[in-house]
Amino acid sequence: MGTQRYVLGKIFQAFLTLFFILTFNFFLFRVIPGDPVALLTKTSGVELSGEQQQQLRDDLGLLDPLPTQYVGYIADTFRGDLGVSTFVEPGEQVSTVFFRDLPKTLVLVGTSTIASVALGLVLGAYGGWRRGRALDLSAMSGSLILYSMPEFVLGILFLLLFTKYLHLFPSGGYKSVTGNATGLAYIADVLNHLFLPWITLTLAYVGEYYLVMRSSLLDVMGEEYISLARAKGLRDKLVLRHHAARNALLPTVTLIALSFGFVLGGAITVELVFSYPGIGKLSFDALRKHDFPVLQGTFLVFSLAVLVANLIADVLYGYLDPRVRSSA
Amino acid sequence: MKTEELQEQPQPEPGPLPELRSPRQITWTRRRLALSRFWSRYRRSPMGVAGLVILLIFGATAILSIFADQSTLSKVAVTEADIAPCTFRELPCPPNANNILGTDADGRSVFWLVVHGARMSLLVGLVASVITMVIGSLVGIVAGFVGRFSDTVLMRMADFLLVIPWLALAIVLASIFGQNIWVVIGIIGFTSWPGAARLIRAQTLSVKEHLYVERSKALGAGSWYVISRHILPNVMPIILANAILVVAIAILSESALSFLGLGDPLRVTWGTIIEEAFSRGATSIGAWWWLLTPSFCIVTVVLGFTMVGYALDEIINPRIRER
Repeated sequence: MGTQRYVLGKIFQAFLTLFFILTFNFFLFRVIPGDPVALLTKTSGVELSGEQQQQLRDDLGLLDPLPTQYVGYIADTFRGDLGVSTFVEPGEQVSTVFFRDLPKTLVLVGTSTIASVALGLVLGAYGGWRRGRALDLSAMSGSLILYSMPEFVLGILFLLLFTKYLHLFPSGGYKSVTGNATGLAYIADVLNHLFLPWITLTLAYVGEYYLVMRSSLLDVMGEEYISLARAKGLRDKLVLRHHAARNALLPTVTLIALSFGFVLGGAITVELVFSYPGIGKLSFDALRKHDFPVLQGTFLVFSLAVLVANLIADVLYGYLDPRVRSSA
Repeated sequence: MKTEELQEQPQPEPGPLPELRSPRQITWTRRRLALSRFWSRYRRSPMGVAGLVILLIFGATAILSIFADQSTLSKVAVTEADIAPCTFRELPCPPNANNILGTDADGRSVFWLVVHGARMSLLVGLVASVITMVIGSLVGIVAGFVGRFSDTVLMRMADFLLVIPWLALAIVLASIFGQNIWVVIGIIGFTSWPGAARLIRAQTLSVKEHLYVERSKALGAGSWYVISRHILPNVMPIILANAILVVAIAILSESALSFLGLGDPLRVTWGTIIEEAFSRGATSIGAWWWLLTPSFCIVTVVLGFTMVGYALDEIINPRIRER
């Protein structure tokens, strides 16, 4: 019963935040200097008479009072209508463009996040447990360097090393331009293109998760139940696995979810480095070409992703820590 | 009357103390002792000392670059003598005796670009960190000390900003407000305060519970007096240590914004150098010196700030120190 109420509470909070995000997104794009129709005609070079421009404004709903526009925007968004792209894919529905690009980003960010979280947490637990030993010291210095390195710098480094000098991987894209391979060959081709951006994003965040888990484990190690577990005569490995690591995991869940916003930021630059055609590259193109509907959409999608990540973390936290459930 | 004496827990340093006359003298002696105690602890952290050395080197470079020849920033090669031993067709020129770190595609020395870039990169990091910490401290202390309604509202705002992916927001803001260095600084400053605010709020809450705060209030001290005399001095160390760590994040943020082409087109930072190199195909020609020199600077400086921040944190945070 407690669990259900806790989860429902979190979902309600997430909806509240979603509402804030939508409102924020709506007003953000209302303060853009310049009239969208004037901008559209100026940059596309299509001559429109004053009457036609006015007609276009009316069609786009720009003449309606702000509250009407706002309600319309919310309703459209929930229907999945994100407007029409102006310059990146002129005339195309933004949602269609997303359907094409979002899966690529999901695969890239999803798998690399799982890999870096798993690697960082396991290494961090061992490093903290054997604080100051060789493993900890080397992992610690590696983590600090990776933490200090922008994702795109790591990407450029790999691009130079593996593509320019070793010719091991393609320089970018999602699949070979010429190849029309099918079946297994197609999958191999896609994986071949995915590898460099994937390893870049994975390594870029391992360091952070290592540091988080290590410090969390160090916090736990002073606790009395660890001393008790040891006094019981439990083997060192079991103390770590059953007592220390489990409790140390708790605070990292929230921190990892919060870092997800940064991971997405990293994905934008990494997709750019490897010209990987996902949402990150799309938002960069939209930025270059001042395609505001696409930009508004990508912002919504990114915020939504972080929101969902945090919701998952909250629910997971409730599941991992019984104390949260009973107090909720 | 001063209530500060009550909060002094650390034992005075052994050895003869100077003869103390006025309360003012006592305060200053205490501060000097605290500082020397802090320094002797800091010196024992190899990480902290290494970080400090890095920062001193780059800080000196940034300051000295003000006096260096500014024309190296805009001076593109006009004659082939400017870029000897390379020819125009060979640009960007790899490292050689004339340009130890090579040149960019316009024949400008990468070494000088990076030296001048240090100034802007560090400036952006420092100013953005100050903005972050001022907002963060203000919000954190008000939320923690005043509590109730303001706490709820301020922390809701912070939570909201925390789930906004900062780079996506920065892209939107930069495309709305245009590209100049102050917009970049503002974006970083105004989007990164929630983390600091949470930290400072937690610290304020724990300081508020101390007996001497209670006593001070009982004696009739107002909110402002309690905040400035008790809360702030106790929260300050955390603010400072966090500010150092935020500089590192701000420098990283600036480089990412610049890499996306959102930087100030009129100013050279390490991020804009990488952006120009990358967009002009330095990866495919293999002009590693052009790409990796500014990258190395970013990584080293961020590492420096992070190490100093960690070392400070370890001294300040007694929970870590005891282990």
